[in-house]
Amino acid sequence: MPKYLLLKHYRGAPAAVNDIPMEQWAPEEITAHIDYMRDFATRLVETGEYVGEQALAPEGTFVRYDGEGKPPVTDGPFAETKDLIAGFMIIDVDSYERALELAGELSAAPGAGGKPIHEWLELRPLQGEPLVVTE
Amino acid sequence: MDEALLRSLTPNVLGILVRRGADFASAEDAVQEALIEAVRVWPGDRPDDPKGWLVTVAWRKFLGMARSDAARRRREDLVDDEPAPGPAPAVDDTLQLYFLCAHPSLTPSSAVALTLRAVGGLTTRQIAQAYLVPEATMAQRISRAKRTVSGVRFDQAGDVSTVLRVLYLVFNEGYSGDVDLAAEAIRLTRRLFASIDHPEVAGLLALMLLHHARRAARTAADGELVPLADQDRGVWDTRLIADGVEILQAALARDRLGEFQAQAAIAALHADARTAAETDWVQIVEWYDELARLTGSPVVRLNRAVAVGEADGPRAGLAALAELDDSLPRYAAVAAYLHERDGDLETAARLYGEAAGKAADLAERAHLTRQAARLRK
Repeated sequence: MPKYLLLKHYRGAPAAVNDIPMEQWAPEEITAHIDYMRDFATRLVETGEYVGEQALAPEGTFVRYDGEGKPPVTDGPFAETKDLIAGFMIIDVDSYERALELAGELSAAPGAGGKPIHEWLELRPLQGEPLVVTE
Repeated sequence: MDEALLRSLTPNVLGILVRRGADFASAEDAVQEALIEAVRVWPGDRPDDPKGWLVTVAWRKFLGMARSDAARRRREDLVDDEPAPGPAPAVDDTLQLYFLCAHPSLTPSSAVALTLRAVGGLTTRQIAQAYLVPEATMAQRISRAKRTVSGVRFDQAGDVSTVLRVLYLVFNEGYSGDVDLAAEAIRLTRRLFASIDHPEVAGLLALMLLHHARRAARTAADGELVPLADQDRGVWDTRLIADGVEILQAALARDRLGEFQAQAAIAALHADARTAAETDWVQIVEWYDELARLTGSPVVRLNRAVAVGEADGPRAGLAALAELDDSLPRYAAVAAYLHERDGDLETAARLYGEAAGKAADLAERAHLTRQAARLRK
């Protein structure tokens, strides 16, 4: 039962088909979008495939060790960073095919004009602990 | 309160209710109700026959629920069938639960969850922890599974191989949370072994015991993967090995070979060698031939190539490997190992690096990356 991470990008993914920034949507279109996402998560809980999700703030900070006794160096936030992660959802499904199916469904969330966004989502398997080694 | 006792009785009680004609979902609810009652009542007034007490209370709860149900008339017929009070029969009623929980209409993850709940008597929270999912998710998975099998009748035994596959899935999930799933799978398979006469059940039990016996040696203290050849054989659990070998030999003597017996035979040959160098690779190759014949699995043929490499030299292993599809999982790792043994360190290092990139888990990736780094030094 592999787990997958669905990554939603602010930037960095190829452009969506219905690619209109959210701030230009009508309020009810935003509501419809949020409802769709919430229903999607609720249905995954019901099917027993939901693990977790989290939206992320657009701005992060880079942090680095700067040597003994010194405070860490920070840099950013970088508004121009190419790849920004908007949020993630983790699912636990029976197969890769099922993960694709769910990602496709999530990508169909409605956007401007009430039409699906067709946005690109990134699907990554989570690496787990070792299974029984075939020794 | 004796939690272990309650847990061991739960599947029995559930099995009895199902055998008496209760549908699975209602029986499960009734048993849970009876358990709550036991937790409340037993500390002050512990019954002499805990199992009989649970059966009586659970059956009463079930009837109560059935009576209040819309399908009153049909279900009330069951009241007439109520057996005379007395000690619960000694036959193992849990057997049919195994078949129910492994029903082909369930997805593998549902079958696993239901088995752990109904046959293993684990709580939803324990199962959720073991699989690292939220408790609400696991609760839904289990209740969906219960709904899926609620209409299934149980008058005949199902397919043993499905049950074995589910138990092996549980075993392979390993360990997280407060339940050791490998140990749990062994416990359940032992009980199945005690109640059903089938050489493949013995084969799976032997395989699990033989794998489990080596668990302590398989990872170093820091979580690093230790390959079979480098394992400290002194920490292998000899009692489990002896147990596994004995069960396997009795099964093989019946001459109804199946893939679990063949896999266990290979594990037994490894367990039997006092040092890696003493491993009987020629016999292991023969068992891989049997296994390939039984399963037709390319993964088996990949493992066979490793064994051929040990038995007849790395060139022979590479020749066996060349017949396989190079997109197989672990193909690059096997190729790397065989090239290294053949003395072609440069190719081996490149292949180890490639294999690390494709590794299915972190410990394996770290191990392969170290191999590549070792050869490049």
